Amino acid sequence: MIDITTLSALELGRKIKAKEITVADAVKAQLEMIKQRDANYRCYITVLEEEAYAQAAEIQKRIDAGELDDSPLAGVPMAVKDNICTKGVKTTCASKILYNFEPTYDATVIEKLKKAGAVILGKTNMDEFAMGSTTETSHFGETKNPWDLNRVPGGSSGGSAAAVALEEAYYALGSDTGGSIRQPASYCGVTGIKPTYGTVSRYGLIAYASSLDQIGTFGRNVSDCAAALEVISGHDDKDSTSAPAKNYSYTKALIDDVKGMRIGIPKDYLGAGLEEDVKQSILKAAESFKSKGAIVEEFELHSVDFAVPSYYVIACAEASSNLSRFDGVKYGYRNPGAECLQDLYKNTRSEGFGNEVKRRMMIGAFVLSSGYYDAFYNKALKVRAIINDGFQKAFEKYDIILGPTAPETAPVLGESLSDPLKMYLSDIYTVSVNLAGLPAISLPCGRDSKGLPIGMHLIGKHFGEQDIIRAAYSFEQSRNYERPTVLTKGKEA
Amino acid sequence: MKITEETVKYVAALAKLSVSEEEKQKIAVDLDRILDYIETMNGLDTEGIEPMSHVLPVKNVFREDVVTNTDNREQLLKNAPKQKDGCFAVPKTVE
Repeated sequence: MIDITTLSALELGRKIKAKEITVADAVKAQLEMIKQRDANYRCYITVLEEEAYAQAAEIQKRIDAGELDDSPLAGVPMAVKDNICTKGVKTTCASKILYNFEPTYDATVIEKLKKAGAVILGKTNMDEFAMGSTTETSHFGETKNPWDLNRVPGGSSGGSAAAVALEEAYYALGSDTGGSIRQPASYCGVTGIKPTYGTVSRYGLIAYASSLDQIGTFGRNVSDCAAALEVISGHDDKDSTSAPAKNYSYTKALIDDVKGMRIGIPKDYLGAGLEEDVKQSILKAAESFKSKGAIVEEFELHSVDFAVPSYYVIACAEASSNLSRFDGVKYGYRNPGAECLQDLYKNTRSEGFGNEVKRRMMIGAFVLSSGYYDAFYNKALKVRAIINDGFQKAFEKYDIILGPTAPETAPVLGESLSDPLKMYLSDIYTVSVNLAGLPAISLPCGRDSKGLPIGMHLIGKHFGEQDIIRAAYSFEQSRNYERPTVLTKGKEA
Repeated sequence: MKITEETVKYVAALAKLSVSEEEKQKIAVDLDRILDYIETMNGLDTEGIEPMSHVLPVKNVFREDVVTNTDNREQLLKNAPKQKDGCFAVPKTVE
């Protein structure tokens, strides 16, 4: 009997097609792994046991009938972040205010996954409303880092990243507003990709900051990530910010060749605040690209320090508007005692939202309020324009930009909660990508002296997913995938 | 930036949140620190720059106004904390 759960998503897909493994067997193996590990790590908010078997039976029939021959991930069990609407399945955003919410429709990405024969195992843990970089602000308790139970998995898509690393799912969906896919991928030692803004429909993604949010994928290798992204991408009439049809064949870019590729490293990304182990690992990766024939050089990106403040103004402003819909009237939690409508709103929201969400809504209300709008909100939009311009200029010279995903490896639990400003600064390399709407991928490139995974960040030009996927795939060929040490030692906590 | 407890009361009202007296002081200190940091943006000269609210040059997107969804009142009401006669029920709003 082969060890089913250590396979990659595409390998499993092939074995299912070759009738070596049934979909039901794959689901069973995966659910057993969740039972064994998730009590300690809490990657999932909801696990769909019965439903997963029902899906397996139906998908097996479609596979046997030859309906899914063009779908390499058919029958492969996967996980979905809990801010993506799933019809009839609880979608909580890890918040008390949506603790019992069951959407009446599927997000566009879920419709696409179902069509492609995906088995949805469950909904993964996250920072409340995706606001956080550690998955500690979840109403349902924090997720733990697969490499060290005392550390955070990153966030906000920490549950999805950890589930993939712990082999509790073959691949997973996350959302990325300021780094929420790439940073947890980096902390958990897996690969995560955030596509160009407008590539994946946001219909059914519960909004945090609409001009920055984008759905993307996690996998244990670049190929799985690219294959999953291919399934969920595409123009959607239901999302008015959806980009006109583009070339979505990402798996065609899985080529081990970077000869002549121009790679720029912003000098500012290697400066103060960057852990030495992370820096060395990134420089080593740069050497690896050079040895494969790429042209790598350092350059000045400018304005890097202004990305985080601009991001927090814009994200909080949009959040304060988006989250006004949670009022206790139509769904979710309602304060039972309120006697007038104003009290119903105020009590429901005060009891239903956690501290970080309230903090961001208040910052948002402030920067949009009369007298401060120009000095804060409008200023942030101008800074955003300058940051975008800096990237556009860089892409005149380079095909992709290389740097670290995060300045440090995974911090200890509790550290970030006590100091929100420090947590915000950990997003320094990722937020500018969202401000400019660019595609970016994080993949493992080494480990620090504590044994924790380090992530490499590759940024592409608008709709340049193929460039970063090709570079990432090529780099990946030079090193073996490392499983979390608890799994290889066989003594799971 | 100096955030006073008055300002906290004002933004809490805008965000439809109630904050207790003890919370007010802590929030004022928190917001003050964060906004101080945000103000470092002023170090960047943005004279003559057009504010960028969106990444892609997409303009208004139009479609034919055709109904595509079906009646799912019952399903929608299942999520309601309180319902009455096929409607969402709320406390009395007009005296």
